[in-house]
Amino acid sequence: MDLGIFCKGTLDQEPVEHCFSALFAFGKNPDPSYLDWLMKAWGWTLAVAALGLILALLLGALMGTLRTLPPENKFNRFLVRFSTAWVELFRNIPILVQVFLWYHVVPAFIPVLKAFPSYLLVSIALGFFTSARIAEQVRAGIQSLPSGQKSAATALGLTTFQSYRYVILPMALRIVIPPLTSESMNLIKNSSVAFAVSVPELTLFAMQAQEETSHGVEIYLAVTLLYALSAFAVNRVMAYIEKRSRIPGFIVGNSEVAAH
Amino acid sequence: MKRISMVKAGLIATGLLLSSINAQAASQTLDKMKSTGAVTMGVRESSIPMSYTTGDSRFDGYHVEICRMILGDIKDKLGMNTLRINYQPVTSQNRVPLVQNGTVDIECGTTTNNTARAKDVGFAYTLYVEEVRIAVKANSGIKSIADLNGKKVATTTGTTSVQLLRKHERANGVNFDEVFGKDHADSFLLLESGRADAFVMDGSILAGNIANSKNPKDYKIVGEVLSTEPIAIMVRKDDPEFRAAVDASIAKIVANGNMPKLWNKWFLSPIPPKNIVVGLELSPATKNAWANLNDKPAEDYNKK
Repeated sequence: MDLGIFCKGTLDQEPVEHCFSALFAFGKNPDPSYLDWLMKAWGWTLAVAALGLILALLLGALMGTLRTLPPENKFNRFLVRFSTAWVELFRNIPILVQVFLWYHVVPAFIPVLKAFPSYLLVSIALGFFTSARIAEQVRAGIQSLPSGQKSAATALGLTTFQSYRYVILPMALRIVIPPLTSESMNLIKNSSVAFAVSVPELTLFAMQAQEETSHGVEIYLAVTLLYALSAFAVNRVMAYIEKRSRIPGFIVGNSEVAAH
Repeated sequence: MKRISMVKAGLIATGLLLSSINAQAASQTLDKMKSTGAVTMGVRESSIPMSYTTGDSRFDGYHVEICRMILGDIKDKLGMNTLRINYQPVTSQNRVPLVQNGTVDIECGTTTNNTARAKDVGFAYTLYVEEVRIAVKANSGIKSIADLNGKKVATTTGTTSVQLLRKHERANGVNFDEVFGKDHADSFLLLESGRADAFVMDGSILAGNIANSKNPKDYKIVGEVLSTEPIAIMVRKDDPEFRAAVDASIAKIVANGNMPKLWNKWFLSPIPPKNIVVGLELSPATKNAWANLNDKPAEDYNKK
């Protein structure tokens, strides 16, 4: 073990003056160390994952809700079919293949996408892939509610939109926070596929730096630690949200078990 | 005068004979070849045209053919009738350990001779000098590194070319965006699909990918050589006699004028199994390596 490798320059592999300059001279240091590079790579991982997560949560909640719409008119039936197709499309293709599709194939048909930077395309791929999985969890959450809830909302004279907005979703979304936590953590880890389309994130750093320095053990340990740290941070944030959103007396409120 | 030289010649001959007897006695590789009638050659599965499989566990290529010539030569020297060659596919990760632990007697792939590896293994005379070059689309107008300013340059993650590009960018003030392919095929796809304007990599890899592409005429290898690396046949370190025998064979092959023919066969003519032409012209550096046989490591090539 030689952790000194992180204080060596990425150009000549000589020890550098300031081992850590990433925060103060981000990208401007003419002689960055491997630690600087590692921090920058971590930043890319977090950026791609955060963008993907926002997209995944929004689209996942939307698609999951649409899948449970009552088939009372033609438009609703179309929405149900559309959201079902969405889920089946994006959860049946491996994430790596989806990333390649967004990067190489889709821009061949939609030239506008060629101008999109690769990190954005990867975020879209990650977001869509994860949205399909979140949609299924949201659907399961909604369908786990007693049917009396829906009937009561209707009896109060609420429209379908209103009953979802004021009764069903506030209950269902609280129930699905634990599986959403897993999904969000998965997204952080899945963001490692971004290396395949040249986003300079942690996995790319690991592969490149270990080739240059022959210090694979130290490099992979550091990268593993940062992935674990990032995913665990998401876990804590979600646990906090779960705790704060709990309402005593509701289905989730009855449980005294804290989120893990 | 004549008599003295005769005596001298006799002494030299005796000395040679003695040393060769000693050599045979000390060389475990030569002993092993004699006692088992077999030798194990380390080969690569897809390093076209240096060392690759042509299907059915058969291997061929520039380095593989040279190794067969060397082993044939050694077989004759040892006075053996037959020598069976076992082929052992190796990878970048396991080639050095396999030579060190004796699984592979002679490695004929695409291994760069550098000082770090020379601590663990021995290298024969260099017969191929790899040059890192730039591949571009033929109509791109890019002719040198300077033209890469403001362009997107692809290379493969986990290769030394990435570091090389970074150094060049810093040293020459040429600003380009780097894009990284997961492997060489991906990097070439970046160039093909217009995601990158250039692909920087070992010349033989560039030539191979171009030869394999849909329209090889659409691409060109241009510009100055970014780096040079001697690629050499690898043998055990603790067996200098075997290495000397390999080097002696190489010297013989070169002296017989075989090298330009071998280059034509593997780099400029259609090769099995798909009959593609790699189309990589003989470089001055490789020519120089033939003219001045040596086992200098990569570090010596890039000293300025």
